[in-house]
Amino acid sequence: MDLTRRFLLKSAGVIGCSAAAHPFLSSVTLAAAPGDQRLVVIILRGAMDGLDVVQPLGDPAFAGLRPAIGSGPDKGAQDLDGFYALHPGLAGLMPLWQAGELGFVHAVSTPYRDKRSHFDGQDLLEAGTGFDLGTGSVRDGWLNRMLQAVPGVTAETAFAIGRDEMLVLKGPARFTAWSPASALTLTPQSRLLLEQVYHDDPLFRDAALPAMDLAEELAAPEEQAMMAETEAAVMAELKLADPKAKPDPVAGFAVNRLNEDTRIAAFSLSGWDTHRDQAGGLKQSLGALQRTILTLKTGLGANWGRTTVVAMTEFGRTARENGSRGTDHGTGGAMLLAGGALRGGRVLGRWPGLAEADLYAGRDLMPTSDVRAHAAWVMRGLFGLERSVLEGAIFPGLDMGADQRLLL
Amino acid sequence: MTAIPTIAAIRFGSGLSPRHAAPADAAALLQGLAGPDLGVSDYPNPTYEDTLPLARRYKAERTERRALAAAARAAGAGQAARDAEKLAARQVLQVRRKLEANYAAAAMRTLARAVDARTASDGFRERLVQFWADHFTVRSKNAYEREGPSAYVDAAIRPYVTGRFGDMLEAAALHPVMLIYLDQVSSFGPNSAFALRHKRGLNENLAREILELHALGVGGGYQQADVRAFAELLTGLSFSLDKGFQFNRAMAEPGAEVVLGKSYGGGTARLEDIRAALQDVARHPDTARHLARKLAVHFVADQPDPGLVEHLAAAYARHDGDLLAVYQALLEHPASWAAFGAKARQPFDFVVAALRALAVPGAQLTGLATKPARQLLLEPLKLMGQPFQEPSGPNGWPEEAEAWINPQGLAGRIQWAMKVPERLVPDLPDPRRLVQTALADAAGARVVWAAERAETIAEGVGIILASPEFNRR
Repeated sequence: MDLTRRFLLKSAGVIGCSAAAHPFLSSVTLAAAPGDQRLVVIILRGAMDGLDVVQPLGDPAFAGLRPAIGSGPDKGAQDLDGFYALHPGLAGLMPLWQAGELGFVHAVSTPYRDKRSHFDGQDLLEAGTGFDLGTGSVRDGWLNRMLQAVPGVTAETAFAIGRDEMLVLKGPARFTAWSPASALTLTPQSRLLLEQVYHDDPLFRDAALPAMDLAEELAAPEEQAMMAETEAAVMAELKLADPKAKPDPVAGFAVNRLNEDTRIAAFSLSGWDTHRDQAGGLKQSLGALQRTILTLKTGLGANWGRTTVVAMTEFGRTARENGSRGTDHGTGGAMLLAGGALRGGRVLGRWPGLAEADLYAGRDLMPTSDVRAHAAWVMRGLFGLERSVLEGAIFPGLDMGADQRLLL
Repeated sequence: MTAIPTIAAIRFGSGLSPRHAAPADAAALLQGLAGPDLGVSDYPNPTYEDTLPLARRYKAERTERRALAAAARAAGAGQAARDAEKLAARQVLQVRRKLEANYAAAAMRTLARAVDARTASDGFRERLVQFWADHFTVRSKNAYEREGPSAYVDAAIRPYVTGRFGDMLEAAALHPVMLIYLDQVSSFGPNSAFALRHKRGLNENLAREILELHALGVGGGYQQADVRAFAELLTGLSFSLDKGFQFNRAMAEPGAEVVLGKSYGGGTARLEDIRAALQDVARHPDTARHLARKLAVHFVADQPDPGLVEHLAAAYARHDGDLLAVYQALLEHPASWAAFGAKARQPFDFVVAALRALAVPGAQLTGLATKPARQLLLEPLKLMGQPFQEPSGPNGWPEEAEAWINPQGLAGRIQWAMKVPERLVPDLPDPRRLVQTALADAAGARVVWAAERAETIAEGVGIILASPEFNRR
């Protein structure tokens, strides 16, 4: 049975691609269909400490700022390019770095400044707007506005995965939100009866049919076998690095969707708010991020070559460690890029320096580029979106700057 | 045309129940509203003050644990230091579990109040409490604040839902849980003694949200200068776990502030000036229109009849924000009884209505241990899209039916409807009877047809509870 085709047929007619929803979008500016390229957006909730993840060991001020947290090669950091070193928690990704499938941009931020609130910072990151509009005023996300600019979007094109609300994908363009924790186990008779009960109510019918199809598809023996196969391959890979590794249901779910008709997946990873004992907390969170990326790479197989992963966080953390071996909310941070489509093996971004006078407000890494600009170049590369659409509609008011040729 | 008692119970109340008669009419909904609040007397929550000792203990134990952790890592630290840290970590975890258990218990009491609503007015009151608690949304940002929102609703919302809006605005805006949630506790008059000494400044969050969300509305007639001046006026409001609520003059911006064209203060900073400004903001004509529209959207339709909104705003203005008069205006307008079923029940209300239809007594819910309370009710609410007291922003839960009836949210409802009732009700009702008690004349032919064709009673119950009729209002 062709599960995917059946899913699409059942979902047909419930697709509302509202390209007209935004004044900047018109038929003229529409890009090509999502095609075969895949984009995975990971929101790192809680403010990841970019300075500890991608350590600027070549900066003379760095070591003095963080005597207790510990960094550098003695602690297992992996040299990247002679200036930066990678936190040991991501050491399992070094083969990707060497293959050019992993890269970073340092000293990035959203336009959010000064208040350093997680809620506001994440809202702005996911809304993709400037700070001038204020937080909370835009209720749809930049990935949804991207979908609005792409024709041929179906319910399966974009998935928000997990129980967290993904503002980044919310909006008028069609997408599916699903959590591996969601279950819908119906007997055939119950399903038939529910189809009858929902028959005359479009709102319920259009929500229930994709849900029942998806749940059924996920529960089908063929799908279960495929998922088990993917999981076994992924686990074999993960156990090389960590014999105690457990499967990651969210990333595993993303893999299985992306191997079919899904092209956009968004989910979040939390646990980055390392105010104290950062050495322990960050290692755990990086472990989860590493597992996620290895799961995607191994599980996607040949599709990894057509995939770009963008992991971004609401803001960075203070340049200096605090009194409890942690760091507090800051400004500039780092973003991670991965994927077979990436021209990786590079840490991009102009390094602002860590001398007292170089810090933002005397405490934070000074941002030198907008995190949105790099996401925009990735989408330009993957989906051929025009710069005017990216700067006008998807990230209103953004200046993308020079092309860093992020993708192959 | 659906019967008036059915509309009254489903659109304005907590839903139909075999244990209680449906409201006879609009007058029945209003009748007991000014009377005693049975929900609170039946299922009392700890007061906010009652919750503070555990919050303080959590913070204190966490601080101690950090100190011990540092000592355990210091050079030369021995096994004893490491054991001391482990013990401290276990104690922190214990308090944390207690806080989470208290949160779950408060959630069960909130459900029980609505599930048990005896009279028409009781049901309407519970819906109004949900509405106003959402209007004045708060959320705990830290583990030790977990019990705050329930205590806040009981202190700052419930007593005022039948009073004047200005008084509710005062109570909500000045409550510690709100002061913490919207960052008022870190706002200081830029020229205050405190700010100059500690290099601190203004935080506009609460001032902005009062004007934008709580009172005038985002399209209201206020400018950034009003937000700034109002924020300066609000400085001095402070709260800490140790000292409680205080109006601290040393944190207040000196001088008078002009908010929406009127000057407040000027002499010694006083809490009375803040209260006066809140009352004036509540009286603003834009506030009347904003609240009128929100009520109509919540109770009647996502795109409400403009005449209904005007009617509510006029009643608000005529009666100086007396909410009973506004509810009377809502219930007397013909548009409020038209287009039945245009709205979707939110997940909390869906679960309440289902438990009522199944005649589950509220005491059964408050008798649940933390683990089953989570498994049967709190986790499913998350999957339906409405984690209890955890909205994503100060604008509260969305109203549009589409925001709730999507594949993930509806799957959560269907799965709950199919699986959970049999775990709460050992002797499930015959679906043929349930479809009548749960929906009365709102039941469509298809659900009546399907209810009796299910293979098991549990599935028949599930189909009824998952039906569009049961999820609309």
